[in-house]
Amino acid sequence: MTSVLVKDLTLNFGALTVLDNLNIDIPEGEFLVLLGASGCGKSTLLNCIAGLLDVSDGEIHIGDRNVTWEEPSGRGIGMVFQSYALYPQMTVEGNLSFGLKNARMPKDEIKKRVARAAEILQIEPLLQRKPAALSGGQRQRVAIGRALVRDVDVFLFDEPLSNLDAKLRADLRVEIKRLHHSLKNTMIYVTHDQVEAMTLADRIAIMKGGIIQQLDTPTEIYNRPTNKYVAGFIGSPEINFFEGAVEGGGFVTGAERFSLQGYTFQNGAPGGPAWLGIRPEHIVSGEAAASLPVTAEVTIDLVEPMGSDTLAWATFAGMPLRIRMDGQAAVATGDRIQIGFDPARASLFDKTTEERL
Amino acid sequence: MVDAVIPRGPKPRPRFSRTNIMLYGTLIVVAAYYALPLYVMIVTSLKGMPEIRIGNIFAPPVEVTYEPWVKAWAEACTGINCEGLSRGFWNSVQILIPSVILSIAIASVNGYALANWKFKGSEVFFTILIVGAFIPYQVMIYPLVIILREMGLYGNIWGLVMVHTIFGMPILTLLFRNYFTSVPEELFKAARVDGAGFWGIYFRIMLPMSLPIFVVAIILQVTGIWNDFLFGVIYTKPADYPMTVQLNNIVNSVQGVKEYNVNMAATLLTGLVPLIIYFASGKLFVRGIAAGAVKG
Repeated sequence: MTSVLVKDLTLNFGALTVLDNLNIDIPEGEFLVLLGASGCGKSTLLNCIAGLLDVSDGEIHIGDRNVTWEEPSGRGIGMVFQSYALYPQMTVEGNLSFGLKNARMPKDEIKKRVARAAEILQIEPLLQRKPAALSGGQRQRVAIGRALVRDVDVFLFDEPLSNLDAKLRADLRVEIKRLHHSLKNTMIYVTHDQVEAMTLADRIAIMKGGIIQQLDTPTEIYNRPTNKYVAGFIGSPEINFFEGAVEGGGFVTGAERFSLQGYTFQNGAPGGPAWLGIRPEHIVSGEAAASLPVTAEVTIDLVEPMGSDTLAWATFAGMPLRIRMDGQAAVATGDRIQIGFDPARASLFDKTTEERL
Repeated sequence: MVDAVIPRGPKPRPRFSRTNIMLYGTLIVVAAYYALPLYVMIVTSLKGMPEIRIGNIFAPPVEVTYEPWVKAWAEACTGINCEGLSRGFWNSVQILIPSVILSIAIASVNGYALANWKFKGSEVFFTILIVGAFIPYQVMIYPLVIILREMGLYGNIWGLVMVHTIFGMPILTLLFRNYFTSVPEELFKAARVDGAGFWGIYFRIMLPMSLPIFVVAIILQVTGIWNDFLFGVIYTKPADYPMTVQLNNIVNSVQGVKEYNVNMAATLLTGLVPLIIYFASGKLFVRGIAAGAVKG
């Protein structure tokens, strides 16, 4: 069953089009992540769904209702903000019950709901404190609680973890995922952090310039990016691109030519100028490389050890090449090593349209 | 380089360095410059007339007398009326309280609406309001006389209250708008998601957060309205004259002996209210002025 439906959504600020004819269908219980660089319109889209921004055109449905003209409080949504947005003069309990009081809910029902939310989020000892006396993680938990008590169908998260330090972010990320598993609500989550997107999402919508570039599962987006932007945006370290051309089932770049055996083209095997993308972690080095369909020998320019793995830089066909190796790999600048990859793991994009071939 | 001191720990700061002498010297001179007139006023107000005629204005009183203060408050004459400043004081209070409450209530809602509920043309509206702050009052005096006359409020205390409310509007609206703009927008959004409306957000989210700016507004308005002379003399009749106008009438009377001690006491009495306000709320005032500069 559809939980949130965005239909032909357009938003203009004066002459500027921020969202351009968006369509998303979010089934009940799905965790959808809106991912993109800043300014891509992801937060704007969330604000439109929340009803905090009036749309220029299109419809928004939540549950089985058309809520396009509905007030935020009447849409059955709860929202968590990046800056927590807790009411500073109220206690945690006051913060949690504010929305319920506005809805004129009976006192004992409010009490029950606040207690339940506090239990789920483990903030019971903090109920009488003011937000100023809480740590960042606790504040964000209270902010989630404020959405929780309202017993809404849809949770909206606007970069909820961006203000936290790295360790806390990882902890709360897991907690949000747990929460989703136990509550099974529909959640829409805006972030610019691809790790958050990959780990949390059932599906990711990658946005750029007010348009959804690709809406798919994390695996599919990672393995089969639909265009060059998505391929470059997802993955860290960044994917390697080679400029060249597809010719008779092979790829030609500079003086190199190698086979594309195993690569599945979207429609036939066209020729012509193209980009070839291969992720640094899909490049194999050493002995194991020899058995792969594409092999080469390169010189290491630079080594970046990161503990868990090591990133080596080399030059291939006149273009920089990143190779992700095991953290224990013994490589040094100047080494000549054997590399190879499987074309089945590569991605080919048309040179001009940048669409997947 | 005989005894080379190894730099370690807090840097030594000599107390009588040239900078310090210059700095504190200047401060002392400036402070004396401003404190001297006040000293002369207080000293004179405590002297009897014979002592004043001797002419040593800086000398402390030989015989301290509170007679001038009593006279200024309760007996000094303006025209045929000899009730002293007390009448003007109560008139001023009657003008002050409704003017302050009304102007701040309206301006804070104005500022809140302009900061958080932007509507089409709200920026234009705001600009027009601010331009109003730059138009000299004198231009509007006569039109306002006519407007008040037509409304039947001319010569009435409520007419003056209305004038004060109107003239306080540009600067107060600017003050409140800027303060409310500094409140994180997400707080406002969260309140909307929580189902609070225009007044709900104003009274339950914004008001409790903005005590400092209200204190600033109260100080501005109390001192401004209390010290007002022009509107008081134009828009009220003699029976309703505020304290400042009455003070002028006492001090500037051309008949009889100039009672300097009474004049000084009357002036100090008139200045007392703004002074008390500053001392009582100085800390909050500074906090309010600085608010917005640092996020809290």
